[in-house]
Amino acid sequence: MEDKTNITIQNTAGEENPNRTCLEHPEDTKGILEVNNLSAWYGKTLAIKNISMSIRAKTITAIIGPSGCGKSTFIRCLNRMHEVAHGGHAEGCIMLDGRDIYARDADPVVIRRRIGMVFQKPAPFPMMSVFDNVAAGLKLTQFWSRHWELEEVVERSLRQAALWDEVKDKLHQSGASLSGGQQQRLCIARAIAVQPEIILLDEPCSALDPASTLKIEDLMRSLVTEYSIVIVTHNMQQAARVSDMAGFFLADQDRSGILIEYGKTSQLFTNPKDKRTEDYITGRFG
Amino acid sequence: MMNLQEHGQARRKFINQLMLVLCGTAAAIAILVLVLILGYTLFKGISYINLNILIQAAKPMGQAGGGMRNEIFGTLILVLLGCVFALPIGVLAGIYLAEFANPRVAATIRFTADILSGVPSIVVGVFVYAIMVMPMHSFSALSGGVALAVIMVPVVARTAEESLRLVPDSMREAALALGITRWRAVVGVVMPGAMTGIITGIMLGVARIAGETAPLLFTALGSSFGVQGLLKPIGSLSLIIYKDALSPYPTDQQHAWAGAFLLVLLVLGISILVRWVSNRKHN
Repeated sequence: MEDKTNITIQNTAGEENPNRTCLEHPEDTKGILEVNNLSAWYGKTLAIKNISMSIRAKTITAIIGPSGCGKSTFIRCLNRMHEVAHGGHAEGCIMLDGRDIYARDADPVVIRRRIGMVFQKPAPFPMMSVFDNVAAGLKLTQFWSRHWELEEVVERSLRQAALWDEVKDKLHQSGASLSGGQQQRLCIARAIAVQPEIILLDEPCSALDPASTLKIEDLMRSLVTEYSIVIVTHNMQQAARVSDMAGFFLADQDRSGILIEYGKTSQLFTNPKDKRTEDYITGRFG
Repeated sequence: MMNLQEHGQARRKFINQLMLVLCGTAAAIAILVLVLILGYTLFKGISYINLNILIQAAKPMGQAGGGMRNEIFGTLILVLLGCVFALPIGVLAGIYLAEFANPRVAATIRFTADILSGVPSIVVGVFVYAIMVMPMHSFSALSGGVALAVIMVPVVARTAEESLRLVPDSMREAALALGITRWRAVVGVVMPGAMTGIITGIMLGVARIAGETAPLLFTALGSSFGVQGLLKPIGSLSLIIYKDALSPYPTDQQHAWAGAFLLVLLVLGISILVRWVSNRKHN
């Protein structure tokens, strides 16, 4: 029982390392998520090591790499979900709008409202209706909410998630009654209902069939006009199809994930600078 | 080669069958005992049940007639008091164990709760006698309720914890990722998913305390004067069964059977009601 991954409060990120120097520079960095020397641990295991990259606003950034290279850990650090897992702990700087999200006075709850996340396995709240699922983020963060306001938000979010036409007649059925692909789009609708600036997608299509995958990819392209999107995928074709920027992760000899290459998707896939990137995208391993 | 295999197969099949039969027999014996207890109580009790039992107050010892209206009310009041004290503490403790406590603290509390639920109920009665009845210089319904609550808390806390743990972590993560605080996530997302289990735990607790006698002996005491308020002694079905069953008078013994019948019916009724409510809510 003790071994069960339990969610515990661990707010050590900002406190354990008094030497961290994150130069906050709020000017001219609107919407940019800047990662500097980010390392993350599970207990004593170093999962990712010294990652630095600058994630652009209103762009789809794909994180690719073989299994176990720390892609998911990395993306979970971006909205401080990493520290929620048992023994999760991160060091380094992540700046949103030039402000350090790991600063001592930064509230993870507020950060997660600005940086939403959709997980690998569709996770609609099973005891809530479709409507309540989408409204959950608002209902559970406000003291009270007017129903017509919620209705507006739910419809807008479901339309944005390209799900409205399919579920408008079953808004009061359980969210678990939808198909897998619909559930995942429901989760995306739920994430955008709280109007984040950035949406993190952690392998959102790995549990879906090709048709549903295509729908989610189309959806990403339409959402990127309003939101920045970071997607973790180990489907390279998907990364090549949807993303503007791509980062390639690989586990080093200590099995810690490192960033091998980061650049424009077109350039990374056609003309990689690093031999290891080339080997991976041409299918020589992974 | 083939023969050898078949030989082994027959042996395995036999052992498989044997174990199945053993398990089935054990289950049948367990059910049989339960059915016998319930059946005998209901069978013996129902013949002494009449309207007077339900609506009349008790008559002095040895006299025929009279009923146990006051004891029925007393049991309901005591169970209600027990719930008022035990439910908030039990459910919140369960939430703490499942959601917030760090593993080492949780293990300690869990261990303590398990021990507490194993403490003989008469010891609980003596304990509450010492901390409430003596200082207040009176047996009382209130102290009876507290004694029952002490018995109920670990039952509710542990079942609440277990059912909260059954809610997958992906639900908690999904809620946190929406920028919901941990507390709102627990109340709004995790608890609804565990509600059936929590209600089952409460039901188990109520059924348990409704039939308790020992903790009431030194606290609620029993009363021949009906319900006089929370700070006065109060009767209960279990206490009257205890008293009447030991009585030499046949009329009293008949009352004991009737009381046992009512108590069984009450506990059964509570179980069915709560199950029905939780099913309806779930659907």
